[in-house]
Amino acid sequence: MKDEVTRDDRVANLKGLGCSRKRVEDARFTQGKGNYVDDMNLPGMLTGDFVRSPYAHARITSINTDAAMALDGVIAVLTAKDLEPLGLHWMPTLAGDKQMVLADGKVLFQGQEVAFVVAKDRYIASDAVELVEVEYEELPVIVDPFASMKSDVVLREDLDPTAPGAHGPRKHHNHIFTWEVGDEDGTNAVIDDADIVAEESMYYHRTHPCPLEPCGCVASMDKVNGKLTLWGTFQAPHVVRTVASLLSGIEEHNIRVVSPDIGGGFGNKVGVYPGYVCSIVASIVTGVPVKWVEDRMENLMSTAFARDYWMTGKISATKEGKITGLHCHVTADHGAFDACADPTKFPAGFMNICTGSYDIPIAYLGVDGVYTNKAPGGVSYRCSFRVTEAVYFIERMIEVLAIEMNMDSAELRRINFIKKEQFPYNSALGWEYDSGDYHTAWDKALKAVDYEGLRKEQAERVEAFKRGETRTIMGIGLSFFTEIVGAGPVKNCDILGMGMFDSCEIRIHPTGSAIARLGTISQGQGHATTFAQILASEIGISADSITIEEGDTDTAPYGLGTYGSRSTPVAGAAAAMVGRKIRAKAQMIAAYLLEVHDDDVEFDVDRFVVKGAPERFKTMGEIAYAAYNQAIPGIEPGLEAVSYYDPPNMTYPFGAYVCVMDIDVDTGVPTIKRFYALDDCGTRINPMVIEGQIHGGLTEALAVALGQEIAYDDMGNCKTGTLMDFFLPTAWEVPNYETDHTVTPSPHHPIGAKGVGESPHVGGVPCFSNAVQDAFRPFGNRHTNMPHDHWRIWKTANDLGLHD
Amino acid sequence: MIPAAFEYHRPSDIAGALSVLAEHGDDARVLAGGHSLIPMMKLRMADVPHLIDLQDIDVLKGIKIDGGTVTIGAMVTQHEIIVSDALFAAAPIMREAALQIADPQVRYMGTIGGNVANGDPGNDMPGLMQCLDASFVLEGADGTRTTKARDFYEAAYMTERDDEEILTHIVFDATTAGYAYEKQKRKIGDYATAACAALITKDGDTVASASISMTNLSDVPVFSEAANAALVGTTCDAAAVKAAVAAALEDIDPTEDNRGPVEFKMHVAGIIIARAIERAWSRA
Repeated sequence: MKDEVTRDDRVANLKGLGCSRKRVEDARFTQGKGNYVDDMNLPGMLTGDFVRSPYAHARITSINTDAAMALDGVIAVLTAKDLEPLGLHWMPTLAGDKQMVLADGKVLFQGQEVAFVVAKDRYIASDAVELVEVEYEELPVIVDPFASMKSDVVLREDLDPTAPGAHGPRKHHNHIFTWEVGDEDGTNAVIDDADIVAEESMYYHRTHPCPLEPCGCVASMDKVNGKLTLWGTFQAPHVVRTVASLLSGIEEHNIRVVSPDIGGGFGNKVGVYPGYVCSIVASIVTGVPVKWVEDRMENLMSTAFARDYWMTGKISATKEGKITGLHCHVTADHGAFDACADPTKFPAGFMNICTGSYDIPIAYLGVDGVYTNKAPGGVSYRCSFRVTEAVYFIERMIEVLAIEMNMDSAELRRINFIKKEQFPYNSALGWEYDSGDYHTAWDKALKAVDYEGLRKEQAERVEAFKRGETRTIMGIGLSFFTEIVGAGPVKNCDILGMGMFDSCEIRIHPTGSAIARLGTISQGQGHATTFAQILASEIGISADSITIEEGDTDTAPYGLGTYGSRSTPVAGAAAAMVGRKIRAKAQMIAAYLLEVHDDDVEFDVDRFVVKGAPERFKTMGEIAYAAYNQAIPGIEPGLEAVSYYDPPNMTYPFGAYVCVMDIDVDTGVPTIKRFYALDDCGTRINPMVIEGQIHGGLTEALAVALGQEIAYDDMGNCKTGTLMDFFLPTAWEVPNYETDHTVTPSPHHPIGAKGVGESPHVGGVPCFSNAVQDAFRPFGNRHTNMPHDHWRIWKTANDLGLHD
Repeated sequence: MIPAAFEYHRPSDIAGALSVLAEHGDDARVLAGGHSLIPMMKLRMADVPHLIDLQDIDVLKGIKIDGGTVTIGAMVTQHEIIVSDALFAAAPIMREAALQIADPQVRYMGTIGGNVANGDPGNDMPGLMQCLDASFVLEGADGTRTTKARDFYEAAYMTERDDEEILTHIVFDATTAGYAYEKQKRKIGDYATAACAALITKDGDTVASASISMTNLSDVPVFSEAANAALVGTTCDAAAVKAAVAAALEDIDPTEDNRGPVEFKMHVAGIIIARAIERAWSRA
């Protein structure tokens, strides 16, 4: 006799919300069976490769392609002159600027695309690149945004210096925009009259997302049926299709964009790169598929960077430590073209979340974007738009204010947190925080690490150091962050005019399994695992019986893609909503089958039961079969639905992090002794996937805080173009992470989930940095800039006289 | 990152490799583990029309310990150095140093011969070989000769090896000296910011002999006679270590790079040298 299947068993069989289900993607990834763009090989496919500029700023006096064209196997060498008749030698950027596809008369950064060689294979293409003769006339190079704003040298000769840019008036020929939020006069008045004011300037250095798989595509123009297919590393395939249609004039139904497996994105694969445009043109010209895949150096030197924000802050407080006002100004180095990937109305992203987790009554933010001779970009590397910069800024300002007040910064945070009962909370800079319970999270974190004990240990260590008994000092890094993710309400968030909703479509098969498609695209986040869990809980079909598909614009519903932790808040909400549509129809079918009124059945895990008579039920499997095979009066056959979800608000995940670090003052080597991360991402869909996201985001935070940098010399040469110098941490450098959580659901999200992929990065960077800076606080340190590599840490010790 | 075309040669004996070298001269290079040469070819900074892969030459493989003499074939990998218990017994500093070279994947391929013969000042083995007073066996058309590691390095990538010679073996005496290989690096896979090899023997309470050498602190590995002299006869107390460090720092000439400026490197070098000496002494 079979064991009785309990309700708990049925819940467990669903593998729905809250289940640490193993990632279904990993079987193929761990066995080398993934399908990445560079795995594609189509008959007759050609390969493209770029001639790139060795100079950061130079005029091009001539390009001679004869020798390259003479090489056996070279099909074409494209220059700006070839693209100009098509109007494709420049392309629009996501930020309302335009960018050269191929150098049009001059180059503006080292590594800029100058010519595109198309050849029979990758080797011939590379040989031909060496044969293209380009003559340059060097121009003065500007790598400093402050110098740029004073320089007579005009970087962008294509722009009318007196005309406004995409975001309003420009102050100087190298200025891009000024963006202001908040009340500057009011803020200044509060700060001028305040008991305490702390000021600090900080540089959030330029870095790079550096996904393991670089960017690339395969373009295939089928001249017989007029269809263009583009496979590529796209975080937003549907947007790429629309943009490709608008640029090329090919009708959108004749373009199919496919994102196959993607080896990490982190914001690097949101934008459109010259390689995509050149591959499409080359395929249209040659009539055969053209592949372009960049190498690691090209990825680091020419695709979208992150950060490069020079931030100056003033924060005021009462004698008791209650913050009264915050003033922030940013000089943003955008490089040669403004290619930031932000919603249109937010040229500095959501930098105006810079009041952080604190109840600050008045604030002002001003951002000036500036051109320099560096690679373009400004993407959100594992964070929602510029949130990492904002959180780093406020978490450093809190520390500086604590120093100014000779106060413990944990207590200073506690005094100023937005209180649980204040949510939904309207910030001084215009956001409505949906939900939070910061005090509970903070207390839990500090208790978990025995914060008071740590401070005692630190004080003892300082004394021991002063007595000459040790040469290591101890830092306790704190950070409390509030993220703003899930862009976004269409009313204020769009990219190139396309509203930032997302979508889910589901088709239940007659035998009770299903396929669902979404407008997002996983780059490692595990969507095929977690979206199935949301649907499983909503419709009562096991996650194991639901296939998730994304990334093919011919089959998936339109969506804005995956970045800014928007997949769960937006597409995840669409999944929940589409599940409810299925359930509503299923309810009518069940009622018909059970011969009762619709209102007399209710959903129970995986079935509809007659109210008060749970032994009378129809499972979702039975309902699906009936939906297709039984004539039901008034109900059309089939069981499928689609939902487009425009969120009413963003979601605001938060967290409390503590890092304990030892620093060898003689060598500058930091050792992380402990890292505790408490995250509140609302309803938790898959705790194991969340933990994986936390580990990954913290590791990228460690990288950025402790050494990962895109650095240039005065001539605009990129000094960090290989993984020898660009810090990508391995298992060796990464500490053990302790993860913890609280759960404060989002009140407006259908299942209360908030998004988590980027939280650990946003909270982690200031936490690691604060640990370094806190170690030196007892010796007089106030602020030092990241990245805290050995030499910079050593220099801090040296400047503080610790080597004397 | 795509190399230019090249001819691939895979001889099965040294004579075969030497004949390709003789035939093509400057146009030919031998390939050991490939961790220096292949990236340079991919960057097109090394133009190698004829690549001679040494992996099929059996006499270049294996670690032999015969009495007190250690002989290591040029094609022995860092991994083989780490896992050889016999080598660990004969010269434990070899394992300690090899474990600080890059990561396991690199160590499965990277060879001691390539590491010492390339003349890259960032490589760890050249300094270590000077510390061990190793000899390098070079084989060319005119036969075999032996040279000392301490005489081998002339400038960055410039060594005493003739272009038409192959470094076949490394020979040094087994040692029971106290040992240490100290290395500071930014991350796994990086060259040293500063590294130091130290071997110290003890006679009662005093230093009987000392051998100090340094990596990536000049355009060649640096063996510091003066540092050794500062230690011998002392009790390796703080004053002696300080004197040895001061002497060693006189012998180096680091340059600024992404790891930091000269001032920082000199300071860190002093710390690393002192730590190597102290740890070697503690094991003497």
